[in-house]
Amino acid sequence: MSSPQENRSSTLLLIGAWLWVGLPLAYGLYRLFLNAAKLFV
Amino acid sequence: MGFLARERQVAPPGWNRWLVPPAALAIHLSIGQAYAWSVFKTPLEKSLGITGTQSALPFQLGIVMLGLSAAVLGTTVERRGPRWAMLMSTIAFCSGLLISALGVWAGQYWVVVLGYGLVGGIGLGIGYISPVSTLIKWFPDRPGMATGIAIMGFGGGALIASPWSTSMLTAFGSTTTGIGQAFLVHGIAYAVFMSLGVLLIRLPSKEFTAEKEALLKDRPKATVAFNVSANNAIKTPQFWLLWVVLCFNVTAGIGILEKAAPMLVDFFKESSTPVAATAATGFVALLSAANMAGRFVWSSTSDIVGRKNIYRLYLGVGALLYLVLLTVGSTSTPLFVIAAMVILSFYGAGFATVPAYLRDLFGTYQVGAIHGRLLTAWSVAGVLGPLIVNAIADAGKKAGHTGPDLYATSFYIMISLLVVGFVANELIRPVNPKFHESAAGTAQPSPERDEDAVAKWNEAEAADAAESAEKQDAEGAVKK
Repeated sequence: MSSPQENRSSTLLLIGAWLWVGLPLAYGLYRLFLNAAKLFV
Repeated sequence: MGFLARERQVAPPGWNRWLVPPAALAIHLSIGQAYAWSVFKTPLEKSLGITGTQSALPFQLGIVMLGLSAAVLGTTVERRGPRWAMLMSTIAFCSGLLISALGVWAGQYWVVVLGYGLVGGIGLGIGYISPVSTLIKWFPDRPGMATGIAIMGFGGGALIASPWSTSMLTAFGSTTTGIGQAFLVHGIAYAVFMSLGVLLIRLPSKEFTAEKEALLKDRPKATVAFNVSANNAIKTPQFWLLWVVLCFNVTAGIGILEKAAPMLVDFFKESSTPVAATAATGFVALLSAANMAGRFVWSSTSDIVGRKNIYRLYLGVGALLYLVLLTVGSTSTPLFVIAAMVILSFYGAGFATVPAYLRDLFGTYQVGAIHGRLLTAWSVAGVLGPLIVNAIADAGKKAGHTGPDLYATSFYIMISLLVVGFVANELIRPVNPKFHESAAGTAQPSPERDEDAVAKWNEAEAADAAESAEKQDAEGAVKK
């Protein structure tokens, strides 16, 4: 069984890793939808 | 080397398998930059005085090298492990960008071609297959979803790079100095971004192998009780049938992707609601979104409905949708847009589901290497698709065709290709047991299978290390 501290750092690592890749992807998607909106203007 | 040794890549106890998808995405989101190469085309043409064909060459060589390096280095990548592969991918891809920076500063076009296309292209190939095969090993219960995440990342890479590179060129200027600076910043930023993948990636441990039984309890269909080596896989008809499926599915997708914006304008040119060129840009963006979403959504669905059934959908419904575009596409813009988006979602999904299909047919043992060899179908489709669409559209214009007629012949060809792909998928049967690896071939589903594979690689690596030590000793003796 892992200690609560190990669990906490494991969760933080997981959140950090997903943010690392998620934030640039969110930026890309935001720019994509700005472009896509032109179809409906 | 310690850090890169295969046994050091095995996950410690309690390692969360959900750390593996971000590691894979760190690589795929970066190498997906290749699809945003077009941003550099016009600035390079103006600053280096080259033609459009010449400015496209670094990208084209990059895609050819992707297929070739994945095919040639696939077995080494499997043997050395994902950390080694991701590090090599990072070094090659980022060096390609840095060499391109030097090439632009020196005004040497061929240095850019060799840097971005040749060196960077090797990084693309290694970086494409390694995260995918690792994810398959971590998600035996949902291989389609796992590979969908990674390969969606490759599509997402262009979405990030395209606006980012444009802003950088605006800031630095589209001169040789500015483009060189942009390549330099790209090389450094991607090296930092990809390092997360190198540091986080892990192979499943013994502990996870035990957990796997529980994961597969509710999914008996997800169990693969045998393994086929990469060398044997290419001797099976299943490999070549899947090669045809992938090649024709990709070619059909490129049929729309290549000419998306002018196609929308041409289809509605003579209607009461013509489409403006700006709106057509929005259409291209929507297609990119569909391409990316399809990779995750359809590939995840394949875990439920099965790989063969999902390819029936991609190829069969894909062919019907092409027919819809051809017959009634010009009557309604929403209908045209939705049909094209679904076709593009099938195009992306074809890429994303194929590693899971390979895993079902050949097991996890050398799935990365087999995937690498299958990617040669992509290289062929990358040439075939644009060639068909552009040649036919040009011939149609010369013959005086307008509107939807310009695309009729190429649509019929795409439908035929999809039908051939559909038949090829129907012909796929389980692999003949004579191709199964002896260690696991006769075994029933067992938690030891992956451990056997890992042990086998470790033995191979130890043998390699011993061989190189002997070689060094021998060289040392000669020098002395």
